[in-house]
Amino acid sequence: MANLAIKANALVKWFGEGEAKTYAVREASFEAFFGEILYIVGPSGSGKTTLLSMISGILRPNAGTVEVEGRDIWRLSDNEIADFRLNKIGFVFQDYHLFPRLTTVENVAIPLILKRMDWNKALDVAMHFLDIVGLKERAQLPPVKLSGGEQQRVAIARAMASNPDILIFDEPTASLDGDTGKRIVDFVKKNILNEKRCIVIVTHDNRIFEYADRIMNMEDGKITAVVTANDGS
Amino acid sequence: MYGILKIAYKLLVNDKGKFVALLVGITFAVFLMVMMTSMFAGILTRSSSTILNVGAKVWVMDPAVTTPASSIPMPDYVVDAVRSIKGVKYAVPLYSGGALVKLRSGAYQAVTVIGLDDPSLFGRPELVAGQIKDIYAENAFIVVEDAEFQKLENPKLGTTFEINDHQGVVVGLAKVVSAGLFGIPTLYTTYNRAITYIPSTRFTASYILVEPKSQQDIPYIQRQVQVLGYEALTKDEFIQKISDFYKYKTGLGINVLVMTVISFIVGLSISGQTFYTFILENLEKFGAIKAIGAKGRQLVYMILFQALFTALIGYGLGIGLAALLITIARSRMPDYAAMITFSNIWLAFIMVLVIAGISSYIGIRKVIRIEPFDIFRG
Repeated sequence: MANLAIKANALVKWFGEGEAKTYAVREASFEAFFGEILYIVGPSGSGKTTLLSMISGILRPNAGTVEVEGRDIWRLSDNEIADFRLNKIGFVFQDYHLFPRLTTVENVAIPLILKRMDWNKALDVAMHFLDIVGLKERAQLPPVKLSGGEQQRVAIARAMASNPDILIFDEPTASLDGDTGKRIVDFVKKNILNEKRCIVIVTHDNRIFEYADRIMNMEDGKITAVVTANDGS
Repeated sequence: MYGILKIAYKLLVNDKGKFVALLVGITFAVFLMVMMTSMFAGILTRSSSTILNVGAKVWVMDPAVTTPASSIPMPDYVVDAVRSIKGVKYAVPLYSGGALVKLRSGAYQAVTVIGLDDPSLFGRPELVAGQIKDIYAENAFIVVEDAEFQKLENPKLGTTFEINDHQGVVVGLAKVVSAGLFGIPTLYTTYNRAITYIPSTRFTASYILVEPKSQQDIPYIQRQVQVLGYEALTKDEFIQKISDFYKYKTGLGINVLVMTVISFIVGLSISGQTFYTFILENLEKFGAIKAIGAKGRQLVYMILFQALFTALIGYGLGIGLAALLITIARSRMPDYAAMITFSNIWLAFIMVLVIAGISSYIGIRKVIRIEPFDIFRG
């Protein structure tokens, strides 16, 4: 296996206090590597999204550490965490969260603009990534004029725009039909994944399991199994 | 920073419905505020028209005088006493009073008569027809050609009328800086003719107009006049006194203030509510930007920019609309008193900044509190 991208160690997260205290993640430890697609699967409420949020610098754990490329991200300040997310992580949200009042290319350029790139240069770079996802001709349309699959690809282009090391997908096929979902993940595997990039996908869509390198199963906040796709162990 | 603000700009203006609603709210508020304060400014200016038109530097009067129209006549010796004060270059009496004029048609019309000091004619208006020396002719009057002029049936040079059974003859037409407040035409004549033609009390000098030798002499003159039991006010002080009377003792000020505050609240309600809805609709997107890596201050800049941009555009439209309406109204209704002053414009500007501040504060609170994790949770 290639270099270590993420190392989560004994992560714990609970919500509420006293009698209302509920554990979302319990003592979760795992590793993710560059060059692989890691699936986090499990039933609703099993803690997948909470775990994903903790490893991507969005939700602070109550206990445990997250090391990304050897650095404990939860020792960073709020501003440093924001910079970490901007520079190291690319997010593809379940509902895409594209701005309907911006054009497609402007949506893709948002991470670059947050990084203070010149407006026109950011649009040029965004156009390049739209080209990669095959939507260059749709660049000037608002996202609402695109199909669900196309919006998903725009979200992928936006996530890739800042050239992050780690891509985080939250239920990428939840809003898509089976064929489109498979095409999207197939596209990600063939075009986005490389040896310097780690992709973590939260899903419970077993139709796309075939594209995973490893599948990590969660139940009741615990990691119950990690399966390497081609050995079934 | 520029890119972030450009995104904010596009998010705002591309949401045409909300943007127009925001603009309408702020434009309407600014329009109402400017109209109210402009009307008030116009009324105050017109209430001081006699002071502005006569133009004396110092006015001596009874301390109980509150407006030019409510003059209390002073005995003649006061004129001599004022003239004897050190620092007075010259002092002349001025008559200001009301009378009824019987026009050639037989109609009666109330007028204000200003009687100018006979030898000096100090405070005379600028003539647009006739010659000033003709004011010394028999029964001579000069008519001010202002918005009320037509109430005297548009007299020409030589037109005659009756004033208290005396004949009056128009020997000149004049223009003045400001028309009066109460819609009454103004006639100028000599002081002696005024007190002869118009029934008056034992004392006749409504005001004493003083020209000081220098600006530094004014405080001394004021103290000496006070010793005499009268009050000497500079032109600005007198205007302020009249203004204070209308503001604080007539209910006019409080009414205008209430209307201005209501305008502000209406504007704030419309724009605040619309802006809040705009933020709510984009809240998840702002959360997504935050998850991607935007810092809190970048989101604050975006919202502040949106609020400020809308406020300034609405402010410009509101001022423009008010100016247009006032211009049209004044061209159609010469009596219309509203006038936009720099104070009004600044007041509206400050109010609109407050509206922008409060509107954006509501949005900023919401956006700052959104947790990126909420975006994941859906």
